[in-house]
Amino acid sequence: MELDEDLKAFLLESNENLNQIEVDLVALEQETDSADVMNRIYRALHTLKGNCGFLGFEILQSVAHAGENLLSRLRDRHLIITPAITTALLQVVDAIQQILATLETTGTEGDSDYTSLLERLEQLQAGTTVGSELTTPLAVETAEELDDNEPALITSSATSISNRNIRVDVVLLDKLMNLVGELVLCRNQILEYANNQENKSLIDTSQRLNIVTTELQEGIMQTRMQPIRNIWSKFPRVVRDLSLSLDKQVQLEMEGEETELDKTLIEAIADPLTHLVRNCVDHGIEIPSERLLAGKPEVGKLFLRAFHESGYVNIEIADNGKGIDAGQIKIKALQRGLITTEQAARMSEQETLNLIFSPGLSTAEQVTNLSGRGVGMDVVQTNIDRIGGSIDVSSQPGQGTSFKLKIPLTLAIIPTLIVSSGGERYAIPQVSLIELVRLEGDQAKRGVEMVHGAPVYRLRGKLLPLVYLNQELQLDTKQKKSEPDYTLPSALTDMEEATSALQESTDEDEIDVLNILVLQATDKPFGLLVDAINDTQEIVVKPLGKQLKGLSCFAGATIMGDGQVALILDVQGLAQRAHVISDAQEASLLAEGLSQTQTDIERQMLLLFEGPNGRHMALPLDQVTRLEKISSSKVEGTYHKHVIQYREQILPLIYLSSVLANQPESSPPPMTTDETIAMVVVSVDEHNHIGLVVENIIDIVEEQILIKGTASQPEIQYSAVIQNRITELIDVNAIIRAGAPALLQTAS
Amino acid sequence: MADAQQFCTFFLNRLFFGVTVEKVQEIIRYHEMTHVPLAPSEVGGLINLRGQIVTAIDLRQRLAMPKRPNTQAPLNVVVQVGEDTISLLVDAVGDVLDVDPKYFELPPETLTGQIRTLIQGTYKLDDQLLLVLDVDKVADITAN
Repeated sequence: MELDEDLKAFLLESNENLNQIEVDLVALEQETDSADVMNRIYRALHTLKGNCGFLGFEILQSVAHAGENLLSRLRDRHLIITPAITTALLQVVDAIQQILATLETTGTEGDSDYTSLLERLEQLQAGTTVGSELTTPLAVETAEELDDNEPALITSSATSISNRNIRVDVVLLDKLMNLVGELVLCRNQILEYANNQENKSLIDTSQRLNIVTTELQEGIMQTRMQPIRNIWSKFPRVVRDLSLSLDKQVQLEMEGEETELDKTLIEAIADPLTHLVRNCVDHGIEIPSERLLAGKPEVGKLFLRAFHESGYVNIEIADNGKGIDAGQIKIKALQRGLITTEQAARMSEQETLNLIFSPGLSTAEQVTNLSGRGVGMDVVQTNIDRIGGSIDVSSQPGQGTSFKLKIPLTLAIIPTLIVSSGGERYAIPQVSLIELVRLEGDQAKRGVEMVHGAPVYRLRGKLLPLVYLNQELQLDTKQKKSEPDYTLPSALTDMEEATSALQESTDEDEIDVLNILVLQATDKPFGLLVDAINDTQEIVVKPLGKQLKGLSCFAGATIMGDGQVALILDVQGLAQRAHVISDAQEASLLAEGLSQTQTDIERQMLLLFEGPNGRHMALPLDQVTRLEKISSSKVEGTYHKHVIQYREQILPLIYLSSVLANQPESSPPPMTTDETIAMVVVSVDEHNHIGLVVENIIDIVEEQILIKGTASQPEIQYSAVIQNRITELIDVNAIIRAGAPALLQTAS
Repeated sequence: MADAQQFCTFFLNRLFFGVTVEKVQEIIRYHEMTHVPLAPSEVGGLINLRGQIVTAIDLRQRLAMPKRPNTQAPLNVVVQVGEDTISLLVDAVGDVLDVDPKYFELPPETLTGQIRTLIQGTYKLDDQLLLVLDVDKVADITAN
């Protein structure tokens, strides 16, 4: 059964205390008047009793309380310890242990009766000699009983919480982690070797090795992971204290507290995060009167968010305060001599904001005793840099400031896609990968279009900027020839042949296949063109030497199955590098290409399909997520609804025939014997999709809509002539409203 | 020769170089290297040294010497620089020599260019000069 964290901690601590009490009690019997030991027992039992009261365990508390009373008499020397008393106290320990065991298995104290024990304790406490004489033989008896019970207790506690937890030195965990990393590499090499062998038992063994290694790796990683809550849990207090002392009102919101990251990283980011939180409250959020003047609610908001993305842990700290005044930063930086007037004039807004990370710059009008304390934003950045992370600041004057931290999983073993370009292999973290697009033959030749020198590809109607990996990394074969790799003489000729062959194939303008990796850069996707896509592989990130640290395109390196080193691409770094060029291109495009885009405005990518009763219909392609043909047998019914299981989700279906042709939903629309039905998946919002069931999908066209007619139904936007046919453009939102109104409600 | 110093020696473009043996981890024959795009030209590539990824520095490039002929495979002198392990690509490896400090002399004034900053000094041996490399400075390359 699941125990909550408090209870687990309580059980763990109490068991430790009990063990100590037991040892001490026995020691006390031999050395009757050791005040130290007595005090220790008393304190331990007292703590235990206090915890019981706090958690509301009454039976436990009463037993502990009775034991404590007796102890206090002993401690104050009103009573002298006798074997009878010791036995009674040991029985208290047993009773508590028993209750704790019940608590752990059932979550309740159980219904065992301890009145006789309580009574005996009472008697002993009163010091009635009769009682003690009487109990002496009894005590011996019970002690014997105890002996019988003891093995049972030990076995029952074999799985108890105290036995399931051990303290481990982090250094040992670090070592294990490194070893597992090495093991993963060995595993990869063995798998590669075994796959080329015929020996069945070798193949089987290597498969087993594969599975075991994976599990081991997960287990070891798990031991080191801690939720970010461990740091965040102290923030409510920090924010409260700080806002009180500053006469501000701040509401703290946290999201993604469960996000786990490696222990060493948790420790490394604790101080920087605390500093950022303090900074937001101190410098960001205004005092209530100021906020009211600015037309904002009195209570300022501080928002913390953590999530995994692109192989990084992302942490956002945002406030809705006054924001950072870029002008003021420039002035401050000028005053401190951090920048020259000339530099100041040239600086973009973002560059100016980044100045807050330089040493010796504080934007606070007055330095408070709470913010800062010797650590500036420069220290924050240094600390984040040290663990290979990054920090970005963005700010809207009057709206607030937000800090975005990216903390890498340097210790992690990450799944990657191995690609090759220019004769070398590169690993791309799968987390930044959205999809793979492969164009062949004609498509490959026509797929890439140029926008003023910048290559783009139309991905489902949207332009995807393209980046050629070999160009970005300056891998073109010509350069390779002038700077040949050092190769053994024997291999040299092969190598040269290979490079010249490669060159020929690129020189010829005939491209047969284009491999596009759609990757997620910080804000928008881009396509990366590579020569070949090899396979997926789990790799261990190894840092690059300091000579290569400055290369932002690479996140590290790894050792491949064949023992060769491959570089790991840093998708963000690559995108940034590529954007340097594309920004300029975009700007010049905007300057001169406006007229062209204006004529293009009315051209739309449309999906043409056949609606109910043979009506020609269309829908803008950018609303379409996917086109599917599904078997009608997959459609399942819930109450008045049709749904299918689609990509691990439940996808509600709307039959256009029932919405537009008034065929009742309950009697299944015309699918009866038909095996496949055509479905257009459209997105309602980020999380929700819906399947529109149509009769037939006709085509995807790019059309300039010139003639518009009025709509015949509210679910139709307008009608138009497309490819010489009257075509009705459907209004997806209206159809969802009509077909699945509940979905819109949950979405909003 | 009580306080004699030991040097691991090697050849580059027919010049005789030495590195204190304390810094040298091992010497290995040519190892396949992974080219690092965009890296400074002094970086020859990355090698897999028993699971450790080591940056190889092409000493000819670093010392602004002519390129090694394509037919000649370099050897790796693996050295420790601080906490890093790097490999120095050399033409050929010589013996480990015991050298008496009294033969030491600073590099001649006429030695200029890149090489001067990287050479601590020379030992006047009987038949030739031993140029002592400052490994820390050799490793001090940064990429942008």
